[in-house]
Amino acid sequence: MAALTPASTARAVAPVKTARRPRYWRGAVLTVAGLYFLTPLISSFVFTVQVPNQGLTFAAYSGILSADGFTESLFLSLSLAAATIVLALLLVVPALVAVRLGPPRLRAVVEIVCMLPLVVPPIALVTGIATVLRWGPDHFSRTPLYQTFLAVQNESFPVVLVLAYTVLALPFVHRSLDAGLRAVDVPTLVEAARNCGAGRLYVILRVILPNLRSSLAGASFLTLALVLGEYTVASLLGFRPFAVWIVSVSGAEARMSVAVSLLSLLITWALLLVLSRAGTGSAAAVPAAAPTPVPGKE
Amino acid sequence: MTVPHPSAAPGPGAAGSKAGGRTSRRRPPRAWLGALPLLVFAGLCFGLPAGALLYGALTRTDPVAGTTEITGEHLARSLRGPYLTSLTGSVELSALTAGLATVLGVLIAQAVVTSRRGALRGAVLTASGVLANFGGIPLAFAFVATLGISGVVTEIGHLDALGWNLYSFTGLTVIYLYFLIPLMVLVVVPALDGLRPQWREAALNTGATTWQFWRHVGLPVLAPSLLGGFVLLFGSAFAAHATAAALVGGSVPLVTLKIADALSGNVLVGQENVALALSLDMIVIAGLVMAVYLPLQRRSSRWLR
Repeated sequence: MAALTPASTARAVAPVKTARRPRYWRGAVLTVAGLYFLTPLISSFVFTVQVPNQGLTFAAYSGILSADGFTESLFLSLSLAAATIVLALLLVVPALVAVRLGPPRLRAVVEIVCMLPLVVPPIALVTGIATVLRWGPDHFSRTPLYQTFLAVQNESFPVVLVLAYTVLALPFVHRSLDAGLRAVDVPTLVEAARNCGAGRLYVILRVILPNLRSSLAGASFLTLALVLGEYTVASLLGFRPFAVWIVSVSGAEARMSVAVSLLSLLITWALLLVLSRAGTGSAAAVPAAAPTPVPGKE
Repeated sequence: MTVPHPSAAPGPGAAGSKAGGRTSRRRPPRAWLGALPLLVFAGLCFGLPAGALLYGALTRTDPVAGTTEITGEHLARSLRGPYLTSLTGSVELSALTAGLATVLGVLIAQAVVTSRRGALRGAVLTASGVLANFGGIPLAFAFVATLGISGVVTEIGHLDALGWNLYSFTGLTVIYLYFLIPLMVLVVVPALDGLRPQWREAALNTGATTWQFWRHVGLPVLAPSLLGGFVLLFGSAFAAHATAAALVGGSVPLVTLKIADALSGNVLVGQENVALALSLDMIVIAGLVMAVYLPLQRRSSRWLR
């Protein structure tokens, strides 16, 4: 009790002391940070619109749509992203629901399996995948399995990339959905729905999923960002989605590659804003989802 | 209160669960089947490449006799000469950038947390979420346009006359900080929020100076989060490949670039196994990083409630 009185006096004193001092360093820190983070964005824009000897021109932007390979690579990336999102959610949602209904040991197993890809950098994963793919011609060329090897590496829709991206996305999808499910009493909901005569599929689709809307959106966004920006796996396996295309045009069309990079940042930004509005916990959605996308950007 | 229709699946909930409620809830048999697709997928698409990597890194096949034997030769080669240089280069770059980003990220986060304006906080957190994602290829090109040879800032400031070179260790450091600092902000803001003002008041009331408060209360509470954040940034910088690949080519020795070179056949035949061994080295280092990070994260989450 005695501590309360000094506490209130200290609080009366504190604002005078703390309000003056931090204002300087806080302003300085934020200004320097702002400069550091804004300069590349602004000068990228200047770089794309200002051509020496020609003045201002927006040719770098207007030329994007007609650029050779742009539509194909973007379409490929988007369809890979869609397939990856569907596959990752189809795998992780039932597993996480099962974890909450099944034996406790299952929970640890699923968590470890989903977190393991964090330990394997994308470049290490791709060396492993390349090795496995080389087995196809080496060992299986006379067996029916060889057709599978070919189909998986189909140029127009490389399934192997979907599989690799799903592996890379597992940690983030798992973390996002696990956080969402923590707020839901799954066993009670499932029992209640089942007692009312609902089937298993119905329970998942109409009872569990609606409760997870914002974390599903978060997981999908992270996966989309991961797939759109992925370069390492695709380039080393010899495919040509969006990020690989940007690099391939950078030699001849430096301005355009910068313009596309800038646009892709703005699109990501817009998606994130939409996402944080869509989710119910708008403030919570960003920090919960954001620290996770670490290896994804490569 | 009878269970009206236990549905198609035989058994679950029919007998035991109606009266006991929470305590005697029976677990449906075969619930683990839901996790089966995930486990099979992971075994096939993650376990198989990982196994192939391990196998290739640790064995040697004699092309003439066709025999395979276990050998440490590839691993030994991956820890010698230019490969060792690339490994230490990667570790140095990651440690330096992670350390800088930890300090700078905490400063920014503290500036945001102590600010009374909610809008600033929201803006910084959203921007951090986006910028932490802004890695890879687009980031490299944004910096080429800014600080590259004919970059805007380079030309305005005549930085090339000062010896500035983006395509170097220093240049990579500046670029990596661009996505590492926002990541640190995101990691550490919840921890700083967990520093209750009451603790500070209590410390000041009992006669502590601000320095003593940070020394004995603030930093010990924050330590797991800070260390965890550092380790996370280290792992993130260590695994980064795209930015460096788009930018420096081979001028900075990094292990990811060496692996990519060996994989795409830019080097002598027979280097594939060294690429696999290098990948194994990376996995070991990343595994150590995670082994430090996960317990720290669990520890720090105590204060985030």
